[in-house]
Order: sequence, then C-alpha cells, then structure tokens
Amino acid sequence: MTPDPADPADPGERTKGQRWVGNRLPRREDARMLRGAGRFVDDIASPHAYHLAFVRSAVASGRITQVSVDEALAMSGVVAVLTSADLDHPHLTAVLERDEFVATAMPLLAHDRVRYAGEPVAVVVAESRYVAEDAAETVWCEIEETPAVLSLDDIDGDLPGIHDEAPDGVLVDLQMFSDAIDDVLAQAPLVLEETYRSGRVTAAPMESRACLADWRERDEQVVLEVSTQVPHQVRTGVAQSLGLPERRVRVIAPDVGGGFGQKCVVGREEVVAAALAVRLRHPVRWSEDRQENLIASFHGREQEYRVRAGFDDQGRLVGLDADIRCNIGAYSAYPFSCGVEPLMAATELPGLYKVKRYAARARGFATNKPPTAPYRGVSRPQIVLVMELLMDKAARRLGIDRVEIRRRNTIQADEFPYLGPNAITYEPGSYVEALDRCVEEVEKAGWWERRDEDDGLLRGVGIANFSERTAYGTATMGMRKMAMTPGFEVSHVRMDASGDVVVTSGTCGHGQGHETTFAQIVADRLGISPDRIKLRQGDTDLTSFGWGTFGSRSLVIGGGSAAVAARGLAEQLRQVAAEILEADPADIDLVDGHAEVRGTPDTWLSIDEIAATVHFRSHTLTQREDQLLEARGSADPPGMFSNAAHAALVEVDPGTGDARVVDYIVVEDCGVVVNPTIVDGQVRGGVAQGIASALYEEMSYSPEGQPLTGTFMDYLMPTASEIPSIAVHHLETPCDQTETGAKGMGEGGTIGAPAAIVSALNDALRDSGADIDFVPVRPGDLLRVLEGTADKAPRKESA
Amino acid sequence: MKDQHLVTLNVNGREHEVVLESRKTLADVLRQDLGLTGTHLGCEHGICGACTVLVDGEPVRSCLVFGVQADGREVRTVESLADGDELNDLQQAFSRHHGLQCGFCTPGFLMLGEAYLATDPAPDREEVREVVSANLCRCTGYQGIVDAVCEVAQLRREKSTHD
Repeated sequence: MTPDPADPADPGERTKGQRWVGNRLPRREDARMLRGAGRFVDDIASPHAYHLAFVRSAVASGRITQVSVDEALAMSGVVAVLTSADLDHPHLTAVLERDEFVATAMPLLAHDRVRYAGEPVAVVVAESRYVAEDAAETVWCEIEETPAVLSLDDIDGDLPGIHDEAPDGVLVDLQMFSDAIDDVLAQAPLVLEETYRSGRVTAAPMESRACLADWRERDEQVVLEVSTQVPHQVRTGVAQSLGLPERRVRVIAPDVGGGFGQKCVVGREEVVAAALAVRLRHPVRWSEDRQENLIASFHGREQEYRVRAGFDDQGRLVGLDADIRCNIGAYSAYPFSCGVEPLMAATELPGLYKVKRYAARARGFATNKPPTAPYRGVSRPQIVLVMELLMDKAARRLGIDRVEIRRRNTIQADEFPYLGPNAITYEPGSYVEALDRCVEEVEKAGWWERRDEDDGLLRGVGIANFSERTAYGTATMGMRKMAMTPGFEVSHVRMDASGDVVVTSGTCGHGQGHETTFAQIVADRLGISPDRIKLRQGDTDLTSFGWGTFGSRSLVIGGGSAAVAARGLAEQLRQVAAEILEADPADIDLVDGHAEVRGTPDTWLSIDEIAATVHFRSHTLTQREDQLLEARGSADPPGMFSNAAHAALVEVDPGTGDARVVDYIVVEDCGVVVNPTIVDGQVRGGVAQGIASALYEEMSYSPEGQPLTGTFMDYLMPTASEIPSIAVHHLETPCDQTETGAKGMGEGGTIGAPAAIVSALNDALRDSGADIDFVPVRPGDLLRVLEGTADKAPRKESA
Repeated sequence: MKDQHLVTLNVNGREHEVVLESRKTLADVLRQDLGLTGTHLGCEHGICGACTVLVDGEPVRSCLVFGVQADGREVRTVESLADGDELNDLQQAFSRHHGLQCGFCTPGFLMLGEAYLATDPAPDREEVREVVSANLCRCTGYQGIVDAVCEVAQLRREKSTHD
C-alpha cells in the first residue's frame, strides 16, 4: 500500500527530510498476499510436471528386507518407482568438526534400516498427485521390526544405539565448562536439585514443505523452486548430495508460507526431487501433506535438564551445574547438525543472571523419532524456563519476593560489558529496566486485583526476564565448529536509469516483512521513498552467496549489509551531484528524492536526473571512475543480545483443570526498531507459539513408536480462542555492532512465553503447593496438582 | 477407465465448464483447472481453513468438498475481493492491523471474515475471536486478524446507518 501524503493520519506521512526507519510503514508484501496473488511453490504452474509421493516406513525401527514396487509400476499414470539403490544411495551428512561429535549419514531414502515411522523408503513418480498417492499405497516394504528407542528413559535402559557409529546413542557430548562447581555447591546455604522437561513439538508452518524441480538444458542447471528459509544451503546440499558443481544448481524460494526453523535445514525429499529432475530430464514436484509434515518432517525441543543451583542466603546464585539431554531423533539435520540444541543450551543457560561458577554437560541422543531442526528459539525457551523456575523456587524457599530475587541476580546496567562464566560477553541491554517496566505494566493493568478475585477460578501471575543472543556472525558461529559456518551477508544496491533501486540479500524472508524494512533502511541512506526500492532475495542466481533467514539474523546482518551498500551508493550519488552542481560532495544532502547543496536548498538535482545522466549521458561527466550506480556491502557482526521481560496472567478452572492465558505483557528491547508494527507482530506471533508449547502442543508416540498426532485434530495448534491480546512495549538500547543499531528479534516472543506461563500456573495453584517443572502442562497435570497426587518425580514422557 | 463428469461452476461471477474426476476436490479444481491459486491448502483435512471459499455465500473448506458437488453453485474466492487495484475494506484492514505475515493462511481468513461480515454482526470482540478460531494462523497470534474483522464490522455498520 502506498502511503498517502495527503492524509495526515497516514503512518507514511512525509515530512521534509523524512526518516523511514522507526515508522509504522505498511508492509510492501501485503497487497499481493491479500489478493491471493502470492506465489508459493504450489502456485507455480508446470502443467506437465510429474508428481512425487514418498513411500514411508510404517514402523519406527527395523531392517528393510524387501521393497516390492511391481504393482505400483503397473498402474496407469505411474512413470517410475525408485529406491535408494536406484539413486546410488545419495545422502546428506551434517558435520561438526569436534571430537565430541559423531557424524552419521542421513540417506535420502532409507536403504538398510528404517529409523522412524514415516521415514521415506521409496519414491513414486506419476502423472498426478492422486495417482502417485494411490501407487505409493501399493508399494510393499518388508521390514524386520526391532525394538524402538524413543525416549530418554529408553536410553537409560539397555536398548542399543540406532546408529552403528554411536553404540551408546550419543551423537554429541559437550562438556562446556568445568571448575570447582562441587565445592561451591557444597558450601551454598540453599541448593536446588531439579529436573525440567520439555515435550517434543513441531514448527508446523501453515504451508507444508513443497518443491518443484526442473532441468534446464540451456542453463545447464537444475532449477529447484522450494519452500525454504536457506536457498544457498539447499543449493549446497543438492550439489554435495548429487555430486554437482554448485553452478549447476539454482535454488529459488518464492513466497514461503512460514518456516520457524523447519525450513532452515535441507529436506531429503527436496534433494530427491532435484535428483529426479536431473535423471528424468522432466519437471517433478512434491507437495508435502499435513500428515507428513507433522509426523515425518523435523521436530524440536524434546529436552531434559537436571540442574543443581546453589544460592546464598540473600538469594544470589553462586553456582549452577546442568546435565542437559536432548532427544534429537533419528538423524543430524543438514547442515546444522544435531549439535544445535545441546550447544545452545550448554553455552547460554545462565542467560542474564550472574553466576560465579558454572558447569554444563549437554548431550544429543539419537532415537527412533524424526530428526530435529532448529525450531524458533532453539533451546532458549527451555533454558529460560529452567532459570525462571529456579528463581521462583529459590524465592519461595528463602522468603524473598520473586521480582526482587531476579533483580538481585541480574546483570546491572553499570556492569556492561559483562563477561559471563560461559565466556560470553554481554553488551549493553536494559535487563533490570525491562523487568521493572514489566512489573509496572502488570500493576497498571490491575492483574494483582484480578489475581485475588474470588469467583471460583484460580488465577496466577508469571514473570520471565531474559536475554537472547541474536544474529550470530561468523566469529560466534565458528565456535560451534560446523563444517559449514554461517554468519555474514552480502548485499548489492543498484539504481536503474529511472532512479529506482534494487537491493539484493542472501537472507530469505517468509513473513518477516523484509521487503518493507530493508526498503526503509536503504531509503534513509538514499533520501528516496521506500516505494522506489525493491528487495530481491531467495534466488541463488540473483543474489550473492548468503546464509538465509534464521536465528534472528536477517534484519541485523542482511539489513546491515544493505545499509553499508546503500551508504556506498549514496556516496556515488553525492559525487555525481557535486560535479554537476559544482559543489563539494561532502556538502551534498540526499533528501526527499533530491541531491541538494547544504545551505543553498535552491541548488538541487533530482535523483532521477542523476540516474539518467550516469546511465545515458556519462560523456558529460569527467570524474566518474566506475560506470553506473551500484555498490556492494557486507556485514558480519559477532552477535548481540536482545532482551525482554514477559508477564502472563492465567486462569485455571479447578473443576476441569483447563488453563487459559487471559492477558499477556511484553517489554522488549531489540535496539533500534526499524518498523514497530513488524516488531509487534513478530513478538505476538512468537508468544503464540510459546503458549502453544506451554499448554497445548506435543508430538506423542505409542510405546512402539507410532506417531499419535498426525492431524490437527490431535496436534493442538492454538486458535484465536486460546491466544489473548498481547501488549508490547519497546525499550531501545541501540546496538553498536551494527550499521542500523538494530538487534535481532524474531524469536524472543517464543523464548519467554513457556517460562512466564508455567510460573503463572505455579502461582495460580500456590495453595496446592504447585511445583510444575515441565511443558506442555495439560489439564490432567493441573488436576493432579490440585488433588495433591502430582508425582514429585519427573513426569513420565509420552514415550 | 476414469470416472469423469462435466460440471458447470460459477466462480467469481464467471461461468466455467470443466471435466472432472469425481474425486477431485474443489480446492484442486480452483487451483489446477481454473488457475485460481489464491485458495491455499494447509492441511487437507478440514481443520486449518486456509482453503476456505464461499459456496452460495456460505464458507466451506474447499479441501473437503468435491468439485462435482459445486456443480451449478456460485463460488467466491479471494481473487474476487479487490476491485482492480483497489483492495476492499477487509483486505485494507488486514494490512493496517498487521493481520498477516507469511500470507499463506490469509485468503482463508479473508473469506471466513467476509462470510461473517455478511451477517451484519454487531462488532463484538469475543464473538469475532470465536468466529476466527475456525481457522489456523501460525504467524500472527491472531490479534491483527481479530482487530481487522472488528473494525470492518464497525465501519460497515456505520456505513449502512449513514446510507
């Protein structure tokens, strides 16, 4: 939507020297989405494309003895049915270059063993999806079933590892820090020994995964249009898996219907589609159905934390020791590996709390469940849950107010930059300020009065305060020792002869509004309207190599590189204008679509005139060394901490155990806010996902490893009735690592919500001595607390 | 031998004659045979509502309706809402209130909202929450969607009182 300059109420209202950053500019993406004119993979017409359907294992664990495809091959409309052997056993293998990591191959199609129910064993190629699915049903897989390893409890037993390379089931085992932790804990007046668990969930973007692959002879390329967050990483995955040079693979992400991390890893089905397009020299497409997405894509968050936390008698945390176990499923997802959750958990557990002694061991265990991918927040929802529930419990035990105990332990404003025991340096944030502001907003909203209403419902208030590292650059990612280390971004900014601008980025927006916010950033540097700036991303042939969109990095690193490039282009515009206007380039201001000489505003040139001169009349210029108006910029900050305080008001019906979040407050600090509307939206959507994993969602399995949550009837994604209004307040501590002053903010909402909600539930059920230490918390769990029958031992996992 | 039927559909005011296999869903007919790809498929089992279209004015999950069942009916999809370049009031309100992020579920919410607004409701936030809880959105947390539908309910009421 174009801002209307005539309308004073229009958020796009222009004033002289308009700065666009900070505006609630309506999103550039909206019009096409609202008209149904978005272009998602499935919307791309390819009338003669073959359709793929995958034959998936019906059992969780076993040895494949035979795959019979004859009946399928005989069906009308079936083009081919292939197994792993037909494709020469291609695989994807994620690697961490560290001794504590065991690399395991993920075959594109299972060949000797199946490792989870839903794992692809064969692929049917047919003329329509209807026929492909019919044929897939006739493929007979003979599998000798073996006992399934499903839970961390199974791992405590004697079941063998599911990969020969890792007989004990441990794919990664990191002991991050060790010092005199036992001595410190032995002397602490209060030591809490706790176990926290979080259930397995899935990102469930509304658009399931999808791809369309086509071999283009003229370009000597397979073109893979795919619903992904990371086009270049998909290109590398396809190239490595199929043994092709990267130029022979072009990956295009058109509009992507949500990802949340599930699409920041490479799916084996996507690589199979590319392989088949190359082999058959014919377009093929695959559209994952919802059942496949739920039971056979990527999951996350199935973790257990055994912690010992020592406090002094003033409630100060003096020592923290954690044994962290992550159920990472059957394979290391490519390229991030199964190290993502354990490494994040061990490195960042202390969060914004000061602790002198810290030790952690974090392990990833392979099980007969789908592999895990980095789901929005990656271990931070769990570590914040752990730290906040520890604070609540220490406060209760020591008789200290639960806000006060947090304040005492938090890194204070005058302590930045703060070096933590985890060897992380925290640059300035508003940790105490956010907490205090949040408490103030809770009071203003009258929650304490509501909490004490006597109407039969039990009410509780929960508070969580946290920081989260965002926008991990190469320096920080390098510590993980991934064989492929993400971090930097490169942008090009190019002005055409009409004065409009195209910006490229290796990031890949899928709902975050990059087309709007990148335009705002570039507009401020060029002095033109964001309407004249178009972001192009999501195409490996159109942009420089880049890492994609994940880890709250895009606006910071991609937007940062665009800002640097725009600054370079602005300098070029100033030089040309200076020559034509016979002025010093340093005296040229770019403002409102003009280049004008500072102090003499009547001496100016329009940007359009400059653009036309450079393109069409360069013979009139004497001082141009380079032709054209284009500049390149890069950015690679180490990574910076955003912070937020969350508060939840919950109601529990003591008769049914039904819990509802009825009000929610967020005070967040992501540095300079480029577009407050978009930040609000990211926070609210994130909180909704946090509420989902705190109260509703869990992937459940039978003891044999059969998935029990294969539809949206069983996997309870919340609706508008379960998500309250969420108030969002902004604090701004500008970041000095970035050109824009912005910090990342794509995940914070999801990170804070589970802690705030469980804290609120324990408060609501305080009279029953509630001490809930797991998510999701279901009505039955609350009834057991109310009846006094809650087992103090950790809840038995749902297999 | 395929089980084919000649079916007449009125979609967004235009008549279409299409030959359909009886098992082909209305969603697939709209998307594949008529090229109306604004109607999206999010679950194909009738829960998420991304594929919501209006059939004779009523919201239906087009993934649960066969194309042949729409024979002779009037179907409206998201592509009917804007007038040329001009987005309609509900579409504009969705943008104003940031009621969409990735945009995948949006067409379903718009058609659900249109069906609700056609009943001339008194704007009531709780009722709107209840109504839009028919569909799923993973990005927004629903607040912008609820705000947009409430606002348009109010605006259309005011407009009809003034007319």
